[in-house]
Amino acid sequence: MSARVRLASRRDFLSGVFSAGALVLGARFIPAEAGEAQSATDGTKMTWNPSVWVGLNSDGSVVIVAHRSEMGTGIRTSLPMVLADEMEAEWSKVRVEQAMGSEKYGSQDTDGSCSIRDFYETMREAGATARALLVNAAAARWQVPVDQCQAQNHQVIHKKSGRKIGYGELAEAASKQPLPHNSTIQLKKASEFRYIGKGVPGVDLKDMCTGHAVYGFDVQVPGMVYASIERAPVLGGAMRSFDDSQAKLVKGVQQTVVVGHAKPPYGFQALGGVAVIADNTWAASQGRKKLKVEWDLGPNAIVQTESYKRDLIATASKPQKVVRKAGDVEGAFGSAAKTVEATYYTPLLAHASMEPPAAVANYRDGKVEAWAATQSPQDVQKTVAEALGLKPEDVTCHVTLLGGAFGRKSKPDYVAEAAILSKKVGKPVKISWTREEDIHFDFYHSTSAMYFKAALDGAGKPVAWLQRSVFPPIGSTFDGKSVYGDDGEMGMGWTDVPFDIPNFQAENGPAKAHVRIGWLRSVANVYHAFGVQCFIDELAQAAGKDPIEYWLATLGPARKLDFKGQVEKFSNYGKPLDQYPFDTARLQRVVEAVADRSGWANKRSNKRAVGFAAHHSFLTYVAAVAEIDIDAGGKVRIPRVDIAVDCGPVINPDRVKAQFEGASVFGASIALLGEITVADGSVEQGNFDKYPVARMNDAPRETHVHLIPTGDALPTGVGEPGVPPMSPAIYNAVFAATGKRVRELPLRKQKLA
Amino acid sequence: MIQLKVNGAVRMYDGDPEMPLLWYLRDVLQLTGSKFGCGMGLCGACTVHVNGEAARSCLTPMSAASGKEITTIEGLSQNGTHPVQRAWEQIQVPQCGYCQSGQIMQAAALLKQKPKPTDHDIENAMSGNICRCGTYQRIRQAIQVAAGGKAEVKA
Repeated sequence: MSARVRLASRRDFLSGVFSAGALVLGARFIPAEAGEAQSATDGTKMTWNPSVWVGLNSDGSVVIVAHRSEMGTGIRTSLPMVLADEMEAEWSKVRVEQAMGSEKYGSQDTDGSCSIRDFYETMREAGATARALLVNAAAARWQVPVDQCQAQNHQVIHKKSGRKIGYGELAEAASKQPLPHNSTIQLKKASEFRYIGKGVPGVDLKDMCTGHAVYGFDVQVPGMVYASIERAPVLGGAMRSFDDSQAKLVKGVQQTVVVGHAKPPYGFQALGGVAVIADNTWAASQGRKKLKVEWDLGPNAIVQTESYKRDLIATASKPQKVVRKAGDVEGAFGSAAKTVEATYYTPLLAHASMEPPAAVANYRDGKVEAWAATQSPQDVQKTVAEALGLKPEDVTCHVTLLGGAFGRKSKPDYVAEAAILSKKVGKPVKISWTREEDIHFDFYHSTSAMYFKAALDGAGKPVAWLQRSVFPPIGSTFDGKSVYGDDGEMGMGWTDVPFDIPNFQAENGPAKAHVRIGWLRSVANVYHAFGVQCFIDELAQAAGKDPIEYWLATLGPARKLDFKGQVEKFSNYGKPLDQYPFDTARLQRVVEAVADRSGWANKRSNKRAVGFAAHHSFLTYVAAVAEIDIDAGGKVRIPRVDIAVDCGPVINPDRVKAQFEGASVFGASIALLGEITVADGSVEQGNFDKYPVARMNDAPRETHVHLIPTGDALPTGVGEPGVPPMSPAIYNAVFAATGKRVRELPLRKQKLA
Repeated sequence: MIQLKVNGAVRMYDGDPEMPLLWYLRDVLQLTGSKFGCGMGLCGACTVHVNGEAARSCLTPMSAASGKEITTIEGLSQNGTHPVQRAWEQIQVPQCGYCQSGQIMQAAALLKQKPKPTDHDIENAMSGNICRCGTYQRIRQAIQVAAGGKAEVKA
């Protein structure tokens, strides 16, 4: 079985996508129709295509389409595995083919931890339908009632006579069967699952261990040239003049090309600048170093992180727009036995995926063919089309593997750069960013200031809670006037705080962006969970209570939260509350589980430095305990993290665990190390020396993931929800170790020894 | 003219002697298993073996590769059968996979030097290799497995 990302040729593409187009938008299941209009895949002609997701050949080989991008979650395995299970297909006979960008698949934007929850049922129905058609075809051939026939492991069996017929032999006949009505499709019972809940080895595993996996950075097409772009160091800057005479003397440099400047709002536009075109990556980068460019830096050149931070904190100290209100916080503060106040701050963060942004584009005759490490090939089509005045359907996008992404590769500015340059030089152009470009020209995770005030009664119980957050919102990237968080950002750990406190008020203040702001793994949950989960720890301390006992007491009785009458619009990650309720009983269960499995009580009585946090995001319930040591030099080590997770039924357990193991490391990077700063409008960091991320000796030594599934619920997010509780758990452990309450990310800047 | 051996084959190069080996491997020989991550020797994604020892190919100019035997991930074994590669598969180490060529080459060099590395040895040898997906725990396990240990079963 070849598992490589297939880079389909242009000819494959023409026979595939153009003819298959338009059929399918939004359809849950795509009926088979005659001829090649029903190609399951973009490049391969199959004997039978019962939907856009799957094809079967007469030799029994099955192709299942992965339409979501693989950036490390294992989704290229997990979703096809679901289809194969329902189809009763033998996994060793399945080949996974990566979809190109096309609306026929519905959304391909692989973010928001939603691939499983949005496509689990679609894959099951597609697989079950294929299975039904195969059974019907066998029954017809044998002239026996359908209910005497059963699909099992790539064949159909006539139970009475024991006759068997293989899937391959049935392919042709199945393709002529009438499509069964949706209501007659029988999904498997959980007890009948072959792969779901168990997992299979990743389809890319072998290639990743032998250097054969193909990422955006690895794409090579015939006649390709390499480009490197010098961009304005400050967002909104423009070129005044440039001198490329020295650059052109570098061996291997072919020419220089000016790329026009992006205009606000910047969206996904190519930023613009001066490109050096060369024979190879090295020559392009050497040539770029020899460019002399004079910039008009524009209005953002006055921005400094220090004063910007002061302004955020000042805004958070004053009353702001109310986004959730219950009871009367001010009244309660007036009559409280005790009040506690705190201000938290978090910096800008860069994604720093191991593979910087990279793409190849080939413009020819009003059409573009692109190969990209992208989370969103349909956004590639739109963005490239806008940049070149084409229609999205004139742009094809092949999706490679992604060397990490974390949200950065949903923004296809780098693909637009390659396409613009290809049109200008008349050849396929590869753009591959350096680490410095990646960190300097990111769509940054937002910086924030948060103010908290709580009132405690005589027993230490919180009776009022006020919180204000201020951060430049993601909306600013698409609308320069946007200064407040939207419903999505507010619904990420701010308006949906689950505590049972009679007087509760959440506010949000305005902040203008001076860099491109974007989403990063778990988005606004990162700072909101940091503030809220540290502040509740402060209250436990003020009340003299065990943090987990206090947390559970504040969570209150088991109930389903809808925030009606308190929040104008509760986004619930775009899902209806009847299907995906916010159930505090499930939150309580993961908290109790992590307390138990981590040995919380024992560790505390043995004076171990442990910290706790729990957070609901992407519809998943997560609780974490971090245990830390601080050495004589003040370096924080994390010997152990325990994470308890309820993400509904678990489809691919090993990959789910891997995501939470990884989230504990990603969270450690945020807690210990990550900080982007701006001086004179320009980002000060450029590589892993100034923007460190967790290495083996910074990362948790052991991360124990405890899956506490709720089997009869719907599956929920996995990629992101492990991140938010990590930084507060580590900070609360730092308090346990030192008695010092640190309220700013990252810890690297603090003296702890 | 620079002469070197890459995965057993003799190669001749007459371009810029300052060009790092990484770009020769990737852009000229189309051996794209060695990855670019930082260009400064800070992340280890480009790790190859030069005369059997782990080296950062992004910092190794072609002039310094002259006369050397280079092994890349593509040449580490036939069909991924090196004990480190087998252990990587068994423990299902990779997530996005991008840094894993470098991790595997670094681990293979470690085991050649220290067939039974301590935990401390592993951390020392591997802390120059960044994995942004955070697979460090499984990397440790896989190295222990490749060294002949058993896979720990973790709760």
